[in-house]
Amino acid sequence: MALLDVQGLTTVVSGYTILNNLSFSIDENELRVLLGPNGAGKTTLISMVTGQFKPTSGKIFFNGEDITGRSPDEIFIAGISRKFQVPNMYETLSVYDNILISLQSARKVFKYMFKRVTPEDNERIWEILDFMELARKANEPADTLSHGERQWLELAMLVASNPKLLLLDEPTTGMTEEGKRRTAALIQRIAQNHTVLLVEHDMHVVRQIARKVTVMHQGQVLAEGALDEVVENEMVKAVYLGKGGQH
Amino acid sequence: MLRVKDINTFYGTSHILHQVSLIVGDGELVSVLGRNGAGKTTLLRSITGINPAKTGTIELDDIDITQMKSHKRTRLGISYVPQARQIIPDLTVAENIELALLGKGMANNRVPQMVFDYFPALEPIAGRKGGVLSGGQQQQLAIARALVQEPKLLLLDEPTEGLQPSVVEEIQMIIKRILAERQCSVLLVEQRLDFVRDITQRFAILETGHIAAQGDVSELTDAVVKKHLQV
Repeated sequence: MALLDVQGLTTVVSGYTILNNLSFSIDENELRVLLGPNGAGKTTLISMVTGQFKPTSGKIFFNGEDITGRSPDEIFIAGISRKFQVPNMYETLSVYDNILISLQSARKVFKYMFKRVTPEDNERIWEILDFMELARKANEPADTLSHGERQWLELAMLVASNPKLLLLDEPTTGMTEEGKRRTAALIQRIAQNHTVLLVEHDMHVVRQIARKVTVMHQGQVLAEGALDEVVENEMVKAVYLGKGGQH
Repeated sequence: MLRVKDINTFYGTSHILHQVSLIVGDGELVSVLGRNGAGKTTLLRSITGINPAKTGTIELDDIDITQMKSHKRTRLGISYVPQARQIIPDLTVAENIELALLGKGMANNRVPQMVFDYFPALEPIAGRKGGVLSGGQQQQLAIARALVQEPKLLLLDEPTEGLQPSVVEEIQMIIKRILAERQCSVLLVEQRLDFVRDITQRFAILETGHIAAQGDVSELTDAVVKKHLQV
């Protein structure tokens, strides 16, 4: 059974059709990359799944349940977490504390702010810090981190919230190539235990991690399948990759 | 064309650029690389006068512009395409371009045909508002807006960031064409190594506000990248 199943989703904003009867699904434990031209509707799709926007018509099922029209916090509690292009975190708190308040049981932030850290929590936080290669930065305030480290901290916070599905919207934006390589490796590692939907433009990153890709164009699915096959698709070359498709 | 010598630039009390020196020759493209926060954008902003250097000198065609106001630098021939593109959302594509012509002090501010020759994708959307353009269209408009000012020196801050592969390819071709056909030098800030290696003559790497390496692009080896650009 698909973990996420989008059926006939249509979104019309100010007379413009952004998503056009889009159907799309992801199985549990999949790592799917979502490609498409700027303006194809990728971020809108993510915003629909996370409840930020309501679709004009169509249904979204998650784990077999209809979540269409539910609020963002209900969808978060159901197990869907989203990473935005610009990282969100508690700037003055340490890396460790940022992860602490993201732990799954800490979905109510205020509860955790006044609660002692249990040995189990502490162990889990260090496990995540090691897993995301942030242990040496544990005590540093988030606002002292580099751009790349901030992106990784937000990924670590998502992992700590233990979602069933992670939606990652261009997490390598603004990074050096080395930073992108490292982020791609971290995403692969995260995908060993989570279902991940990644929006990414950098084809080096996509090649490093992609198994199956979906290409969107004008609010619909243009192509879907193994990366090697999709990059040879003439329509995908025409609207997205260009002649070389090297970038 | 451009001679930056020992500049130091600050944001308030934060010392961002330390004794930075760099030369861009006539018709040359020089790329500046560096980690986030290394001072790449600050360097461009020092050259444009948005964040003037506190000490050191910046010369354009042997004219000292170090403390010159931004708009005067534009009239001397420096055009800047910022990373955020800064398209005016409520103006149309054509109006965004016309405004750039006004900024340069050009009396006849009609959009020249040259724009649509370089950026054919902009012609059918000339009447569309800037705020509804895709990222790729915005980037083309931002470069077009700089190009109509007929710059001697074009400053491009990460022009391929967040763009789909085919648009990156188009931008690459447009920059090559600008270099080949217009009397213009380019100072490019960019993270994509293959892009840099393809279109650059020389490079400089900034590391915490210092020039850590510079040279011919053939010297931009994997070892240099690993040493200076690793996270």
